[in-house]
Amino acid sequence: MTSLRPDLKLIADLIEPGSRVLDVGCDDGALLDYLVAEKNIDGRGLEISQEGVNACVAKGLFVIQGDADNDLSEYPDGSFDYVVLSKTLQAVHRPRDVLRALLRIGKRAVVTIPNFGHWRVRMSLMRRGRMPVTKSLDKSWYDTANIHFCTIRDLFDLIEAEGLRVQEFVPHSQQGKRLKAGPKAANWRADQALFLLER
Amino acid sequence: MRGNIGHTAQLFTEEALTLDSGATLSPVTVGFETYGTLNSAGNNAVLVCHALTGDQYAASKHPLTGKPGWWQRLIGPGKLLDTNKYFIICSNVLGSCLGTSGPWEINSNTGEPWGLDFPVITIRDMVRLQAALLDHLNIDKLFMVIGGSMGGMQVLEWLTTFPERLHSAVALATAARHTAQNIAFHEVGRQAVMADPNWNGGSYYRKAEKPDKGLAVARMTAHITYLSEDALTKKFGRNLQARDAVTFGFDADFQVESYLRHQGSAFVDRFDANSYLYITRAMDYLDIARRYDGRLADAFKEATNVRCCVISFSSDWLYPTSENKQIAHAMNAAGVPVSFAEINSPHGHDAFLLEEPEMDQMLAGFVAAAATSGGLKP
Repeated sequence: MTSLRPDLKLIADLIEPGSRVLDVGCDDGALLDYLVAEKNIDGRGLEISQEGVNACVAKGLFVIQGDADNDLSEYPDGSFDYVVLSKTLQAVHRPRDVLRALLRIGKRAVVTIPNFGHWRVRMSLMRRGRMPVTKSLDKSWYDTANIHFCTIRDLFDLIEAEGLRVQEFVPHSQQGKRLKAGPKAANWRADQALFLLER
Repeated sequence: MRGNIGHTAQLFTEEALTLDSGATLSPVTVGFETYGTLNSAGNNAVLVCHALTGDQYAASKHPLTGKPGWWQRLIGPGKLLDTNKYFIICSNVLGSCLGTSGPWEINSNTGEPWGLDFPVITIRDMVRLQAALLDHLNIDKLFMVIGGSMGGMQVLEWLTTFPERLHSAVALATAARHTAQNIAFHEVGRQAVMADPNWNGGSYYRKAEKPDKGLAVARMTAHITYLSEDALTKKFGRNLQARDAVTFGFDADFQVESYLRHQGSAFVDRFDANSYLYITRAMDYLDIARRYDGRLADAFKEATNVRCCVISFSSDWLYPTSENKQIAHAMNAAGVPVSFAEINSPHGHDAFLLEEPEMDQMLAGFVAAAATSGGLKP
């Protein structure tokens, strides 16, 4: 329980006890498992890998094998208090549709992204003239699952265009260390960012 | 094929079993096998539901074929369904032919075998009989109901009809309805039986010759749907059967022909042709959502306390992933705690009976977690 990854701990801290949570791309179920044990939530997962599904099931969690692009349409409106999408928005085919689906299914959505506007990424692109490979974006362009990169400010724009409200904005380092910065400064300085969204 | 093989119970002796068709049956005999022991709390019972041509011999030697149980791989001491921990029940479904009432049985009103006078049954009727068997065995609530293919259909009907009697449920390679293609294949099988002159309108029990040829063809057709094209190609390809060249005739030149002929002829020794008609019909009639104005999720609304697991297999084209996933999504939409996965397998529909390590791992996790939440040792 104590070893929850720091970036997942940031998400966990936002979830109200006793709520219903859908974790989209829940991997091995570490976040859900923590939330069930510590916050008594009713948790469900969506996960594409068999390995992840089996790990979740062994933890006593309930998980459906599937992905954000294809399966969210099957979930009824307002069926969860929170829908979590952790570092996955940049890897889906239709990020805008997925964002809409998150807030159709959930009263709130927790979205985290790797920030393509981080100064290391910008420096890397400027100096090397090649697609950046950094600690948190550690795969070459031809290997990466990330097909829709965005910056923090890009996501703020999309959120505004969709008429959504940002209830919490937590820019942070890869280690999950919170950064005190507004959107503009965070766009330079934060490796990653977390958004708690509401309709 | 008939008679008192293993355990039987006579049920519905006072109050008749009312079937979905409106017809009633009384009494109803059920053949069953059990493995392990019911604990004093009575909370360790597992009902295993068999498929179309399966039977109650899930984990013991078949009395007619002498072969090991069809799910021996998963049931036994230290296995997935550990007989040291669980009390496993497997009963022959209504309409079948290994100790349970079906068209082969003597109709007490006439003294003659029922034949086609036996009422048409549904999957839910099978489940009603199983529920009555549990009453007979003094079991209120099952730790788990589990089955694949038609066994999975029974699991789904348990969830719609007796959800309060379930702690957990596992449905493998199944569907909540029969599609046009499913019905079409079954109809070919039934027509093959009926085209056999020995079928005689279903009245053949007192005769020396049975509709073996028709039933064998039905089995051959069905058997193809249980395998994938890949599996057939890997197993047989275009290999010839004990010859160097084709014979320019209609012998079984190809291994695949010989294999299917063997499947067909072995089947008729252990199965009744009329039972085959009745059970395939029951499967064709399955359309759970139809009872709920087309909303499958509504079927599972009372099952929100039952831990569920649905599994499909990638090469299963009989009950493909899409059908299984629809079930899982419907359960999920109803608020039922459900896990679902499509297991990568080349083995087609029959994969649920075979060694599939990913499935085994998922089921092991599911059973252990269900045991913990059910107050049993994992």
